[in-house]
Parts: sequence; structure tokens; C-alpha cells
Amino acid sequence: MSTENQAVIHVHRDDVGARMGMWLFLLSEFLLFGGLFLMYSVYRYNHQHDFHVAAEGMNVFLGTANTLILLTSSLTMALAIAAMQKGNKILSLTLQIITFLFGVAFLVNKFFEWRAEFRAGNYPGSPILTAKPSGQILYYGLYYTMVGLHGVHVIVGMTIIAFMIRFTIKGIINKDNYVKLENAGLYWHLVDIIWIFLFPLFYLIT
Amino acid sequence: MSNSSIALDGNGKLPSYLIDQGKHKGILAWLLSTDHKRIAILYMIGVLSFFAVGVSLGFLIRLELLTPEGTIVSAQAYNELFTLHGVIMIFIVVIPAIPGIFGNFFLPIMIGAKDVAFPRLNLLSWYLYIIGGTMILLSMVLPGGAADTGWTFYIPYSVRTGTNMVFTLSAVFILGFSSILTGMNFLTTIHRMRAPGMGWFKMPLFAWSLYATGWIQLLATPIVGITLLLVIIERVFGVGLFDPTLGGDPMLFQHMFWMYSHPAVYIIIVPAMGVISEIIPVFAHRTIFGYKFIAYSSIAIAVFGSMVWAHHMFAVGLSNNAEFIFSLLTFLVAIPSAIKVFNWTATLYKGSIELEAPMLYALAFIFLFSIGGLTGIIQGALNVDIYLTDTYFIVGHIHYVIFGGTGMALFAALHYWLPKMFGRMYNKKVAKVAFWHIFVGFNILYFPFLIMGWLGMPRRSYHYLPRFQIYHVIATVGSWVLVAGLLIMFINLLRSLRYGKIITENNIWGGESLEWKVQTPPIAENFEEIPVVTAAPYEYKENDEPVLEKEEIV
Amino acid sequence: MEENKTLTKHSPGYGIYILVWLALVTLTALTAAVAGISFGKFSIVVALIIAMVKSYLVLSEFMHLKFEMKAFRVFVVVAILFFLLLIVLLFQNYSYY
Ligand code: HEM
Ligand SMILES: [Cu+2]
Repeated sequence: MSTENQAVIHVHRDDVGARMGMWLFLLSEFLLFGGLFLMYSVYRYNHQHDFHVAAEGMNVFLGTANTLILLTSSLTMALAIAAMQKGNKILSLTLQIITFLFGVAFLVNKFFEWRAEFRAGNYPGSPILTAKPSGQILYYGLYYTMVGLHGVHVIVGMTIIAFMIRFTIKGIINKDNYVKLENAGLYWHLVDIIWIFLFPLFYLIT
Repeated sequence: MSNSSIALDGNGKLPSYLIDQGKHKGILAWLLSTDHKRIAILYMIGVLSFFAVGVSLGFLIRLELLTPEGTIVSAQAYNELFTLHGVIMIFIVVIPAIPGIFGNFFLPIMIGAKDVAFPRLNLLSWYLYIIGGTMILLSMVLPGGAADTGWTFYIPYSVRTGTNMVFTLSAVFILGFSSILTGMNFLTTIHRMRAPGMGWFKMPLFAWSLYATGWIQLLATPIVGITLLLVIIERVFGVGLFDPTLGGDPMLFQHMFWMYSHPAVYIIIVPAMGVISEIIPVFAHRTIFGYKFIAYSSIAIAVFGSMVWAHHMFAVGLSNNAEFIFSLLTFLVAIPSAIKVFNWTATLYKGSIELEAPMLYALAFIFLFSIGGLTGIIQGALNVDIYLTDTYFIVGHIHYVIFGGTGMALFAALHYWLPKMFGRMYNKKVAKVAFWHIFVGFNILYFPFLIMGWLGMPRRSYHYLPRFQIYHVIATVGSWVLVAGLLIMFINLLRSLRYGKIITENNIWGGESLEWKVQTPPIAENFEEIPVVTAAPYEYKENDEPVLEKEEIV
Repeated sequence: MEENKTLTKHSPGYGIYILVWLALVTLTALTAAVAGISFGKFSIVVALIIAMVKSYLVLSEFMHLKFEMKAFRVFVVVAILFFLLLIVLLFQNYSYY
């Protein structure tokens, strides 16, 4: 009874659908970190004082610098999409490359930060850390896992952007078809949002 | 009335999806296909093979328990056996089974789409699934031995044990990723690809159930993902988050594990309920009773199901407040499930019931799932559960719900849809013989679980008191009957693929949803042209004679 | 449901993005500054509120949530509610002993 009067619709592609899929995936990512945030809240609740003490040792300057780097990279990413929408391929490409470089800068900062912590003996299982009260061990445990997992996401995000740069050069991403770039942007912004929360939770609770 | 262009000529059919049409031929045309129907078949091969492995392990567990002391395996091997059995059955069989096989095959057809929203991701999901599954199998043979923690991976033992934990946990993580991608794919498909006229409330209930399931997969799976990842990190780096000696909280692990794993039982059962909602009206020849109630109750289950996880932890020393709240919520979550059972029963009432194999399994589902659900309510009562937890009562409950529920629904779906998928009919008599073996064997096997659990037989125990032996012996005999039934069933189905009677009509059972209007077996993109939907999914004239379509074909 | 299935719409000017970015930087400065002041128990609340405002800006402006169809916003709200639900229920255990 239903297939009789058939309307012929030509749907070659569905950008809204593509973005919807990406959003749904990002929500899943959000809950992946959500599990860690749950854990953070419980341990912090049980060890308020230790968390304050441990956070004293954080390098707030590097943390703030990284926050600014990621925020700015979010801006360049958004601009890259706007440029593509306007058909300005060269500008878009430049902005994508800048975004990628901000990612590199973020990781370099992180490297120095972690190296300093390791040199100070604050790495998992070190005698210095193990001797500290359990709340501080948990703080560092959370710090390394949450920031580390975030770092992995930065690397994934950069890989995606690298592909986008390639696609843009090849013209696969163009003025009339840029949903890939939009989705890459969405991913990158999510990475930014997570850092927006990690920053105060680890650096600003002294 | 029906799909004139396709169906008029039963012999001059269009080439079905089973015939290679792409640039690849042979096995590659399957392994690289992005056609949702071929991926469904791939899932079917995967799920049923792992099911065979899981059943064999269960069979061995039962043999071992014939006597109170060691019978055929060592204590360590026994621990690995029940862990593998649980991991395989839960993460590799029942979670992906119905969405992976029948969701993939029929969701797009039912809502009038040519494929799912992301066909290539769909194939990726399958590969992740196979990789995860294979890793579990490998964990058995690699040095170190399979995980021996039980499928719940509780710390601190899962951090300490010397078995291949990292490997097993990574496998489950990958399986979770596969499940998330499937959920995301189905959600987008349902939102974006419904045919013109296919409003939300014109969707078959199976589609609704997959929608609710998709949300649970999407939001709950990452929580267990991160939890298991943390166990891996704990084992490899010793960060302390899950190590009590460094301040980690073992109870927090249990919370996070069950935050997923309780909702996971709904990932397991809701699609099964969707299958039953399809089958009951077809074989009762009646419109489903309370369509909207059933649709909404799927959503309600998804919501309430997220709020009851700590009922698995009543004996670990929760706060009074938490015990009270989680016990109360557990009672509430039974309501939406009960609504469905009532609606199915109401649909049967005054229907002209046709006891074909799919219907038998569907009725078995209602019966067994009700027992499972009622035992669940018993456990939900806080003070009773303190006594019952970690006894065989739980194991009985698990099997009535999961095997009696999703297992039966899977078998029902196989008998209902397999002829559509392959265009051949199985031997209906043999199917019924198999059914009765399975049904009787099932109860002989699992009902003693409930009794001996009630009497205090502990779960996951290698030795037991001699006074429980009689129940174990009965159960083991039951497992032989059940396995015999399973063998008959699968041989019958497999044989049918080759020798079964060829089916030419589109509508095999007289169903009203779209999959019965397309060719048997369906063509590559399902529809020659996207249909325009005008009717609701279950428009049977009340208590009708066999539906019109059948007469037309005759 | 049935809106344009292909290209997106609107391409907002570069200017608005830069404004949003300025707001984000200002908020970062703010949160770093007030971290020095002790609000006692409320410092965490202040920090989280600022972080939420920042994420809201990123979500609606950079991620174009405000241009998307309503379902997208519903999705995000559902996920956030789900997370809040988990936290509230979890703390039924940890905050009442
Ligand atoms: C012939 C089929 C089966 C047999 C003989 C069987 C047997 C058993 C036995 C004896 C146990 C108890 C292990 C113990 O705690 O000492 C068990 C546990 C379990 N079974 Fe099955 N089973 C079968 C099918 C299934 C199916 C189809 C599922 C899921 C859909 C399933 C899921 C489970 C789970 C989750 C557990 C709990 C594992 C644990 O406590 O670690 N089983 N099974
Ligand atoms: Cu539960």
C-alpha cells in the first residue's frame, strides 16, 4: 500500500547528517572524559586538602599559555572554515596549517611541563610521589591520565587536520563541499572545551 | 496494493544483494562491502561463531560442576572458563547480536532507506568487532592464560592477577568502540534517512527499540571504556587511581563499571523487545496493542535504566541513602518492561494465533523473560539481595533474562527473518522439534540455579557442598538437552540456506512493515525507488484472516 | 525535519569569531586572576561557571550549534543531563555516610 506513488528524490549527500554523526560521536567522547571527571570529583571530594597542596606544584604559567594556545587554535580553525565557505582556499589552507602548528606548540609545552614534573620526581611509582599522602598521589594520577588522554586527543585532532590540509590542497574539500573540514573543526573544538575544564581543575585550585 | 514493479513477476526477479555486483568478486566482495545487508551477514557469521564458542565453554563449566570436587579441569582453568564464558556471551554475543545482524539488515529497509547513514563506518564497526573478538580468543592461547577475574573485572584482583588482563581489557575496549559506532550510525540513520511520510510514529517498533538502544550505546559505553582503560593504565603505569594501597577506591571502580554494565543489559534486551513487538502482531494477526506505550517505554527504559546501577553493589557497603535510592529506582525500572509484557499479552488476547517457529520463540521470550524480570525484582529488594547476591540465584537470573530474553529473541528473529534474507525456508517441523528441546532443556538447566542459589550455593565456585550436587547434576543434564536443541536448530537453519524450499513471495508471514514489501531476497539498494509511506506499521484488520497480500500472490 | 539536505547556509563574517575569541581570552584572564582570591568553597564554583560560559561560547559560536537544527541542541542537553544525573546519583553514596 505504500510503495505505489513514489517520489523521486535525489539525495546525493547529506551534510546535516554528516555533522549529526560527528556531534553524536563527540557526545560519546564527552562521556569518555566524563568518567574521568566523575572520578576527579569523588577523589577531590575525599581529599580536598591534598589536592590543594599538590596543585601548588603546577606550573600555572605554562597552563595558562596552553589555554591561550588552544583557544587561539580554535579561532583559526573556525576562521579556516569561514574562509572555505567564502571560497578563499589559500587563506583557509594557511589557517589550517596555523591551527596544526598551534597543536604542535601545545604538545611542546606539555613536554616541558611533564619533563619538569618527572625531574622533580613526581611520576607514577616514583619513591618521592609514593611517599606523599594518598590524596596527592591520586591528584597526580588524575593529572597524568586526564591530561595524557587529552594529549592523545590533541594528536588525533592534529592528524585529522593534517588530512584536511591534504584534502584542501587536492580540492576534495572546496567551496561547495567542506563538511569534512567542518567535522574536523568540531573535533578540534571539543578538544579545546575539555581543556577549558581541565585547566581550572588542575592549575587553579590552590 | 503491493510493490507492483518488483513483485509482479515472481521469477523474473532483479539480482539480489547476494549476487556480487561491485568491482570485487568472491570473498572480497563481502569483506569490503559497505552494503548494510552484507555487513549484517558478516555480523551473523561472527556472532553465531562466537556463540558456539561461548556455549561450548558453558557446557564445559557444567561438566566440571557434576561433582563437588574437581572433575575435568583445574581450579585455575575453571576461573578462566567462567570468565571467558561471561566475556564472550556478554560483550561479543548478546550486545552486538540483534543490532548487528537484524538492525543492520532491516533498520534501513523498515524506514525506507537505501542504506545506513555511514556505510563505511558500519564496515569499520564490524572489523573492530572481529578484532576484539579474536583478541579474546587469542587471550586463551597466549602465555599467561585467559583472564580469570570474572567478566566484571573487579579490582584489586584485576590489577594483581598474572593473566592476560591488558589484552582482554583492550579487546573489550575495542568492542565498546565498535558498539558506539553502531549506535551513532543508527541514530543518524533514524534521524536523517526515513522515507517521505515515515513519521516517528509510523516507524516499526523495532526501529524505536534500536533508537533507544543507540542512545545507551552512545552515552554509557564510553564510561566503561574509560574504566577499563584505567585498569590497563593501572597495570602498566601504576598511577594509583585503582590501587587501594595508593589511595585508589575499589568501590569507585564498581560504580563506574556498573554505570555502563547495568544500562548494557538494556542494550541487550531492548532490541530483543523490539523483535518481539514485530513478531507478536504478525502471528496474532492483530494490530499491536498500545503502540505508543511500547515506543515510549523503550525510551523510559533507557532513562530509568541509567539510574539503577548500584543495585549490583548492595553488599559492598554503600551509604544508607544510596542503598535506599537505588533500591527504589530499581523497582521503578521494572514498570516500563512490565508495560511491554502487558501490551504483548493484550495483543495476543482474541488474536488468531499461528504457532509458527518465530511465534513459539517469541512466546518463550515472554515467559522466560517474565521469570527473569520477577527474580530481578526480588533481588532489587535491598535486604533480600544482601542474602542473594553472589549466589547461583544471580546466575539463574542472568540466564533467564539474557538467554531467555535476548537469546530467545535472537532465535525468534532468525526464524522470522532468515527466509527473507536468503529466500529459502527452513524445515518448519524440525524447527519446532528444536524449539521444544531448547525450551525444556533451558528450564531443566537454569531453574535449579534459582533453587540452589536460594539455598545458598555460591556463584563462581569450583568446590561446593555435597548437598548441592543433586541440583548441579539436574542442571548438567539440562545443558545436554539444551545443546542438543541448539544443534538441531542451527543445522536446520544452515541446511535451509542450501536445500530449503525457495521462496518467491515478498511477504512470507503476512507482515505489514516495509521489509515485507521488497523483493525476497532484497535487491542491492533495497528499493528501486524510495517509497512514500502512508500507513502505520501494524494495520491489520482486527483479527483478520491471513492478510490481503497473501491472497494476491495466490 | 525536512530542511536543506546539502550545503550549509550562512557564513558568518570573520569579525564575530574574533570577538568571541577576545571574550574567551578575557574570561581566561579572569579565571586565572580570581583564582588568587580565596572564595573558600566557592572558588571551584566560580572557576566552573567561567569554564561553562567559555564552553558555551565555543559550542554555540565556533561549533555553530546556534545555526544547527534543534535536534542537535537537544542531543547536547541530553548528554549533559545524563552526566549530571550520574554525578548526582554517585554522590548519594559519597556524600552521605
Ligand atoms: C548452553 C548454554 C549455557 C550454559 C551451559 C551456561 C552455563 C553457565 C554457568 C554454569 C555459569 C555459572 C558460572 C559460575 O558462576 O560458576 C554461567 C554464567 C554466566 N553465563 Fe552462561 N551458560 C549458557 C549460556 C549463556 C548465554 C546465552 C549467556 C548470555 C546471553 C550467558 C551469560 C552468562 C553470564 C553473564 C554468566 C555470569 C558469568 C560470571 O558470573 O562471571 N550464558 N553460565
Ligand atoms: Cu542491573
